[in-house]
Formats: sequence, structure tokens, C-alpha cells
Amino acid sequence: MEPRTEQKIEAKAESRAGAARNPAANGAAIRAEQLTRHYKMGDSVIRAVDGITLEVPAGEFLALLGASGSGKSSLLNLLAGLDHPTSGAVFVLGHELGRMTSLELSRHRNQTIGIVFQSFNLLPRMTVMENVELPLRLAEVPRAFRPPRVKEALQRVGLSERLAHRPGELSGGEQQRVAIARAMVNRPRILLADEPTGNLDSNTGEEILRLISEINRPSDGEEPTTVLIVTHERGLAERYASRIVTLADGRIDRIEQR
Amino acid sequence: MKIGDLTELATQNLREAILRNSLTTLGIAVGVASLVAMLSLGVGLQEMISRRLERNGLFNTVLVRPQTSFNATGQIRRNRDLGTDRPNDGNRNDRNQSDSNRDPVGADIVSHPLDQASRRELAQLPHVLEVYPEFRFTGDLRFGPAGHLTQVTSLPMSASASDSLEGMQGRFFSATDAHEIILQADAAADLADSQHLQAADMIGKDLVLRYAGREPLPAASASSNRRDRASAADDALSGFSIISSRISLRVVGIVDAETVASGAGAFARSGAYVPLAVAEELGVVQGNDMGEVVRESALGSNGQHYTNLTVRVEKPGDVPAVEDSVRQMGYSPFSLLDLTRNLRRVFAILDLLLGIFGSLALAVASLGIINTLVMAILERRREIGVLKALGASDKDVRQLFFAEAGVMGLLGGVGGVVLGWGIGRLIQLGTNYYLRQQQIPAENIWTVPVWLVASAIAFSLVVSLAAGLYPATRAARLDPVEALRYE
Repeated sequence: MEPRTEQKIEAKAESRAGAARNPAANGAAIRAEQLTRHYKMGDSVIRAVDGITLEVPAGEFLALLGASGSGKSSLLNLLAGLDHPTSGAVFVLGHELGRMTSLELSRHRNQTIGIVFQSFNLLPRMTVMENVELPLRLAEVPRAFRPPRVKEALQRVGLSERLAHRPGELSGGEQQRVAIARAMVNRPRILLADEPTGNLDSNTGEEILRLISEINRPSDGEEPTTVLIVTHERGLAERYASRIVTLADGRIDRIEQR
Repeated sequence: MKIGDLTELATQNLREAILRNSLTTLGIAVGVASLVAMLSLGVGLQEMISRRLERNGLFNTVLVRPQTSFNATGQIRRNRDLGTDRPNDGNRNDRNQSDSNRDPVGADIVSHPLDQASRRELAQLPHVLEVYPEFRFTGDLRFGPAGHLTQVTSLPMSASASDSLEGMQGRFFSATDAHEIILQADAAADLADSQHLQAADMIGKDLVLRYAGREPLPAASASSNRRDRASAADDALSGFSIISSRISLRVVGIVDAETVASGAGAFARSGAYVPLAVAEELGVVQGNDMGEVVRESALGSNGQHYTNLTVRVEKPGDVPAVEDSVRQMGYSPFSLLDLTRNLRRVFAILDLLLGIFGSLALAVASLGIINTLVMAILERRREIGVLKALGASDKDVRQLFFAEAGVMGLLGGVGGVVLGWGIGRLIQLGTNYYLRQQQIPAENIWTVPVWLVASAIAFSLVVSLAAGLYPATRAARLDPVEALRYE
């Protein structure tokens, strides 16, 4: 009974997003075409993203490197559908984000992608369990199906023992694991991470990247998840990413295949 | 998001800033409480006055009198026509013609007196509970050697609910034909004084009521003084003797009030009250009897005539219909309905004013909701950003803030009703304490009807949701990137 209902929910999400499918973008998990994002600040225009064309094949682990203000996070926000481009287009799994309604975009963020932030962004008054359950609530997953899904996601990040704790009672690394579990609980095809190790010491940062790498290529034979992380730590990027794209002034400066 | 999840999240959010949200909710509660307290006071006062008037039979009684008018020559004319309610409509000749078999004398006097037959006829009208006459006569109360000359009035059993009897010592009559009497306090004191007793000691004592009684003339065909009009139609020389009569009655109660109202027309002062059936049996001479003798001999009718009859109907709403029927029967109805209609209008305006003052407090409280929720948006910008990043739609965020406003409104509404009830209780207690200090019996001036409770909570909910409209829309429109950047 349970798997059938879940399949139905996923199928529903798939059909909703199907409206904006572009056959030309098939094969790539993410494809950005001539993407720009300009901000007005007083009289001057800041070109945070300035004509980026990029394709991320399904299953890739891509790292976006660059100095502060190079446009990494702005690009990530555009790919996540949190922000709208000034021009250009973003295709995610063949669907153009610019053609989606506000409701479809929120479903895209809920079902297709998972997002992890530098500062974890867990809701402090909720327990670990409730934090991870939140995307399931938003997806209107029936109450009875939620606990096993939450436990499964937490097991994947090695935190199945701390369900009733609040974020304040956890270490930074543990909080980021909870955030990853929350991002993965709806089983998205893409994981976007904005400086996931930025608030962590190097050892913990390493652990987190190892975990993300495991999500990217699961050892247990599960389907790989496309990963795109924003970082300024070249060492980590070199160790885990299959491709490194370096940005400078909103443009692609260099692409290194590893 | 599903409604259950929404409510759960909203309550969780409200618990987060518990002090601020409690204060906001308290603000709503105070607003609702003031509304409830004001309106329940208005409703209570209205009910109190309506209750008093109804208990005295002022709302649901019609006083029926024969239609009487004096024509230019000073003669009495009475409408005898059953089908018309206009005594002076110019069709007098026709009417006299149609009545000629019953009224051979005709002349200028047209009459349709109130008698046993009309009493029965009135009692058969729809919605009529009872029809009773009022007997009022001068009587001499004898208790031992002492006497007290006073007005004696008959009371129907339904008068036991009259609030003029409030605080009565003793009890009301046991039956309408029980040989019992209720004394007014002054009369009781006067009689008791002669025997060196307290007024209260009169209860249970027997006294003798002396009165002027009617004795039918030996020439009359019927032996009883309750003769049928039709059977005596040809008795042109009817009449009666007046003889001093007496009856022994037991005192059962003593009232303070000098007037015991038992209907729309009964307001005269009395020193003693006797049950209706007893008064009827006495065959007392009443004020109108002299005129009746003359009229009867002129008209050829005979028997007991009433100066007026009180018709008690089921509810005040039945009064107009009964009044119409009474008019059609050829009598003149009188009720206080028009007076009470104005009274109700005054109360509607009073309720409206009280409601407006009460709502003002709720309006101020709704500003509190707007303030609290706008503050919450500022504080929870980042959280809203996270929710949106995790897939919350604008609608989800809007509904979440709406739900928070709704929960505050609902809790404030319920709390306000309880608080308003408490304030009302205090006002009630205070008023009763004051009334008791003034030697006035306690009075229920405050009522919280179920409709008021329900509508106060509903009103609070609606006002809160309206107050949440702006913050909710603002939160929903928040740019997630901006919100996530916010520290």
C-alpha cells in the first residue's frame, strides 16, 4: 500500500512539471543558457551573473569555485528557482524554470531539488525529526508515511539516534547532516549546496563532503544524485568534485575536468 | 499544506514568542470581553424589562371593553352589530333593522354588552389562553371588633406570576374558588393592630368580608343572579335588590404593593384581593350596575354584564390578531403593544450603541494582531526564506500567517467570552449588592445568550483574519533570496 501511494505522489509531481519540458535539453540534469542576473544598486548595475552557459549532466558532482562576489551563490539561486534571471534560461531535467508558475516553482524546489545552506537554516524550535519532516508536510505526504521516510533520510546521514533533539543541542556537523537529510527526504534528483562546509572545521567539512559524495554515488546501488556545490575551498573541491567551474565577475573563468 | 499541518505549525510558531503572542491574544480577549459585557448588559436589561412587563401581563393581554360613545344628545350608544366595528358608521338604521328581532326598543342606543356569552366567544378565539373579568368593589374587612374599609379586587390564578407579588409573605391562592384573601400590607397592619398583633400574624387568620350583594328581584324568572340574557329577553322590569352580604375568608398572603397588575387594564389600588371565582360567586354590586339596570330595562336584556374582560394570549405576537378579532366582534380592544414596540426600538438602538462601543475595543485589539504579525514577519524573514527554499508556495506562507491570526482570534474570542462573562458577573454582583443596600430586591440585569457567545467568537475570528490579511500577504510576497540573506 505504502509504495504505491508514494509512486503516485511522485508521478503527480512529474506530470505537473511536464508542462515546460524542452526536448533539446534532454540528458542534462541542469542546463543554463546565456544566464544573466543583474542587480540595480543606486545608479550602478551589478552583474552578479553575466552570460553563463553551463550544462551539468545527470549524476555529476560539480563544484563552483570562485572568490567572494564572483556570482557563485547568485548562479545557485537561479538554478534552484529561488531567483529569476534577468535574461537567459535554466532547464532542470528538461523543464524550463522561467516558464513555470510560482506554484510549479515551489513544487520544483520541493520535489526536484534539495538545497543545503552554509548556515544550516534549521528551524530552531523544531526537533530534528520535525525539521526533516517539513518538506514532506509541504509535499502533503500523508502523515502515516512520513516517519519512515524521515528515519530513512536521517539514517543515510548517520543521525538516526537524535530524532527528538533540537538543532541547538547538536554540533555544527550534526546540524549540517540534518540539513542534508532534510534536503534529501523528498528523494530529489539534484542536490544544491551553498558553501556547505563554510561554518565547519576542516575535519567536519571533510566528513560532510564525504557524505555528499556518497549521496552523489551511493555505494548501495541506489540511483546517483546530481550534486552542485558552491565552495571557496579548492582542496575539498579537488578531492570530491568530478568537475570544477571557476567563476570570476559573474562569468566562467575556467573549467577543470577531473 | 494540509489544514492539520498548518494549524500545528501555526500553534508551534505562536508558542515560540509566547509572551508577545499571549499579550496580543489577551488584547483580543479584552476587546471581545468588552463587547460581550456591553451586549449582555443590553440584552439583560431588555430581558429584565420584557420579563417584568410580560409577568404583569402587559405584553400578552388585551383589555376588551364594550364600544361606547356618547352621541350629540348625550345618549349612550353601544354597538350591537356583531359584523361591524364602527359604531358611528352611518348605517345605524340598517343595523337596527337587522337587530330588530333582538332589540325591539331600538332607539338611539345600540349596545353589545360584555356578558357570559361574549366571554365564552372570546375564549374560543385562536391563541387565547384565558378570558377573565375583573371585579372591583368596596368591602369592609372585619377582624374581631376591628374593621377596615377598602377596595377589593379579584385576581385570576395566572396573576400569581405578577412581580407585584414579589416578596409576598405567605402564599398565593390555593385555588380559584378557595375562600382565601390576600391583604395589602397597610390593611393587614391596620387589622392586626386592633388585636395587638403584627401584620405578619394575620396569615392563617379568618376574617369576614362584608360587601354590597345583588339579590335578584322575586319577580325575576331565574332564581340565580346569573341569568341568561335570551331567556329573560321579555322581562322588561328586571333589576335587583342590594343587600349587605358577608363571606368568611382566610388570609393566606400579605403583599407590599398597592397595585397588583394582572393585565393591560388593572392598575387601581386595592387593599385586598380575592380569587376570581370567589368574587364571581359573591354577586357583588359593581360601579356599572346602576347603569346596567336602566339599560337592561330599556333593552330588554338581563344578566351579568362585565365592565371589561381581560384576554390573555399565548405570546405578545398574537396580540394584533386577537385585537382584530375582538374589533370584528364589536368590542373595543386595548393593549400596550404599541408602547412595547417603541420600547423594543429603543432597545435595538441601545444594543447597537453598546455593540459599537464594544467593537471599538476589538478594533484596537485587531491593530495589536497586525502589529504582532508584522513584527513576526520581520523576525521570521529567514524562516520564511527557508520554507520557500524547501518548497513552500506563496499560498502556504500566506495560509500559515492566516492560521496564526486565526488561532489568536479563536483563543482571544474564547478567552474574551469567559472574561466578559466574569465582568458581567461582577457587574451583576455589584448591582445586586447596591440594590440590597437600597432595600430593593435583587434583579437579573445581565444575560449572556448562546447566540452572543457564538457570534462573539465568530466575530473575533473574522476580525483577526482580516487583521492577518495584510501581514500574511506581505509574508507571502517575501523574496526568498532576500529572506535567506537576512540575519
